[in-house]
Amino acid sequence: MCLGVPAKILSVRGDTAVIALGGVQREISVVLLEEVSAGDWVIVHAGFAIERLSEEEAERTLALFQEIRNANEAH
Amino acid sequence: MDKILLAHGEGGKRTRDLIGKVIARYFDNPVLAPLFDAGLLGRIEGEIAFTTDGYVVTPPFFPGGDIGRLAVCGTVNDLAVCGARGLAISCGLILEEGLPIESLERALSAMRGAAAEAGILVACGDTKVVEKGKGDGIFITTAGVGVMVPGWKPSPAAVRPGDRVLLTGTMGDHQVAVLIARQRLSLSAPVLSDVAPLGGLLLPLLERFGSRVRFLRDPTRGGVGVTMNEMAAAANCRIELEEGRLPVREPVRGVCEILGFDPLYLANEGKAALIVDGSVAEEALAALRQHPLGREAADIGEVREGPPGVRMRTLAGGLRAVDYPVGDQLPRIC
Amino acid sequence: MKHIDEFRDPATARALVARILRDAGNESVRLMEVCGTHTVAIARSGIRPLLDGAVTMVSGPGCPVCVTPDGYIDAAIAVGRIPGVLLASFGDMLRVPGKSSSLEKEKGKGLDVRVVYSPLDAVALAAAAPDREVVFLGVGFETTAPAIGGAIRAAEKATVRNFSVLASVRTIPGAMGMLASDPEVRIEGFLCPAHVSTIIGADAYLPVASRYRIPCVIAGFEPLDILLGISMLLRQVKDGSARVENEYSRGATAAGNRKAQELLRELFVPFDAEWRGIGVIPGSGLRIAARYARYDAEEKHGVRPVFSPEKTACRCGDVLKGKILPNGCPLFGKACVPEEPSGPCMVSSEGTCAAHFKYGTGLQ
Repeated sequence: MCLGVPAKILSVRGDTAVIALGGVQREISVVLLEEVSAGDWVIVHAGFAIERLSEEEAERTLALFQEIRNANEAH
Repeated sequence: MDKILLAHGEGGKRTRDLIGKVIARYFDNPVLAPLFDAGLLGRIEGEIAFTTDGYVVTPPFFPGGDIGRLAVCGTVNDLAVCGARGLAISCGLILEEGLPIESLERALSAMRGAAAEAGILVACGDTKVVEKGKGDGIFITTAGVGVMVPGWKPSPAAVRPGDRVLLTGTMGDHQVAVLIARQRLSLSAPVLSDVAPLGGLLLPLLERFGSRVRFLRDPTRGGVGVTMNEMAAAANCRIELEEGRLPVREPVRGVCEILGFDPLYLANEGKAALIVDGSVAEEALAALRQHPLGREAADIGEVREGPPGVRMRTLAGGLRAVDYPVGDQLPRIC
Repeated sequence: MKHIDEFRDPATARALVARILRDAGNESVRLMEVCGTHTVAIARSGIRPLLDGAVTMVSGPGCPVCVTPDGYIDAAIAVGRIPGVLLASFGDMLRVPGKSSSLEKEKGKGLDVRVVYSPLDAVALAAAAPDREVVFLGVGFETTAPAIGGAIRAAEKATVRNFSVLASVRTIPGAMGMLASDPEVRIEGFLCPAHVSTIIGADAYLPVASRYRIPCVIAGFEPLDILLGISMLLRQVKDGSARVENEYSRGATAAGNRKAQELLRELFVPFDAEWRGIGVIPGSGLRIAARYARYDAEEKHGVRPVFSPEKTACRCGDVLKGKILPNGCPLFGKACVPEEPSGPCMVSSEGTCAAHFKYGTGLQ
């Protein structure tokens, strides 16, 4: 019920944007978000961007993974 | 004449014109030239392999290929994975009334090019026309005759634990290219069909490694996932794939992520899967990678002890079953 | 691929599995993944056997296809048979069995059914074929509801009149409450769906967590997200907490997507919806608001999905509630297989039974 993918916005024109994922491009609707711009990362589901993807939070989660790997090595 | 008419299939002057003025121009070899009812191949030395196939792809033209190229390569590859060098191919055309002659010529030209690339002769053919609405533009059926590499034959029974599974290149390119060409999903992606004749890639391997290549298959409809199941069943063995080793191009991955497809089950038209003796796996892989059609060849798994079937070691370190899919993959939201 | 590959790293997966096994100690914990996308992701990544003895993952009713009553499929087929109608649907719905047929089978008999990736594609179909009546099968949870609503708005904006939606939208928190309150369903924590949470916000689970004293962790769909989410839940269970935590902080916030929520409030109205195999859950469905009646296929074409209790040996309901695993159903793997599914749990790619069948329950 939730197949959503992280994609980068290449361009915006009114209610639609072109996103790219691994070299694949598609036009999607951005009506569910306020003010998106080229370069933003978004989550795309069924042809709509449903939220911005927070790169800071992503980094935080990855840092947590690093901690967990370190902690595991200590065991 | 700019469109195919029913009269073109009726055997009269129009048919002779179509064959003589259009079709034969693309296949001007000494076997086909006399336009006898059969192509005379002469005396053939060696063990004969024989295959047949039908091609109904929609749309007939797609990035990286078309139905004509597909027809020749598909037939050549069926022979190649059985260890046979293609000798001659038949070309049965079923054309829909209203098909632009220019489309027919494009397909024929592609067949000619593919046949030359594969070193195979279009030795005979047939043309029928069906009423508008009863065909998808153009259907092609083929039969192919080939000669076996001396001393080699497919031996699934020889497969044993420790054998390795090789794949000659990336998965899913063909199916994704056709999907994009259908334009029903509004995706644009730099993906080309991988349709290509594999005789030159595979037969030298059989000549070099002999029975240490156990057997091969080409993962067309249903992809590598189906082929692995067919091979495990034929050899009555257990195959374990490594998810991290499966070669997939980035844009194919992108399409799969968006639509929820599993690249394991996407069709290929220029790839082969091989089961080889573990002791020659590295060498065989290197040999494949020397060839332009095998640059991305990969060792994707091995044959192990255990109950027959296909399993995959996942990136997360788990084990999952790789079974036959039910029906075509459909884009999903879930 | 960025934001995907990093969340599939094998070394981190190993470390997370080790952490889970250490934290579990001798006592195994029972958790429920609510969402079908989690069920399939867990199955595809082969995680279940790795956590054997530490964590049992029970699959919940989070597949919208699974919970859509068979009367809905029958209504869709009935609409599709109206002359001039073109059905547009997500691929997931094609093989779901109705009472006697499925969209795929009817397609084989001539019903015009087109698979689309987005409801906007259905609006585009309508715009391109003004002589046809396009009916979009709007099935989904809160992740998809804004897309369905967005399509209705887009049709209105572009004055596309030959478009309507046969809606079957269900909402998650109510179902979670029902499950948490059912004594037969023994669950110690909920793994909550990433993208539903993107829309409704992590705070939406606070009532469930506090009322039923059950921890809720929102987790993304990549293998590392799932493993971390499970680890977070396990730690809460072990220290007796009942909080809402968000593993998927990169894609979901506490408040959720306000604009999407506003759109849902405008386009839809909550109602007491029927869930296949479960029954009616109060306030758990969204139907199209009266103001948009002209885009509501039920109003426009006079079809009403008829719901009736199913009398069959199929135990989809118990599977959906997490009461049994698929191999606890007498039909699993025998009368009920992916090629001939008895119930939606087997046919939907998200369905618990399909996932177990395809990817292996108790895999060797």
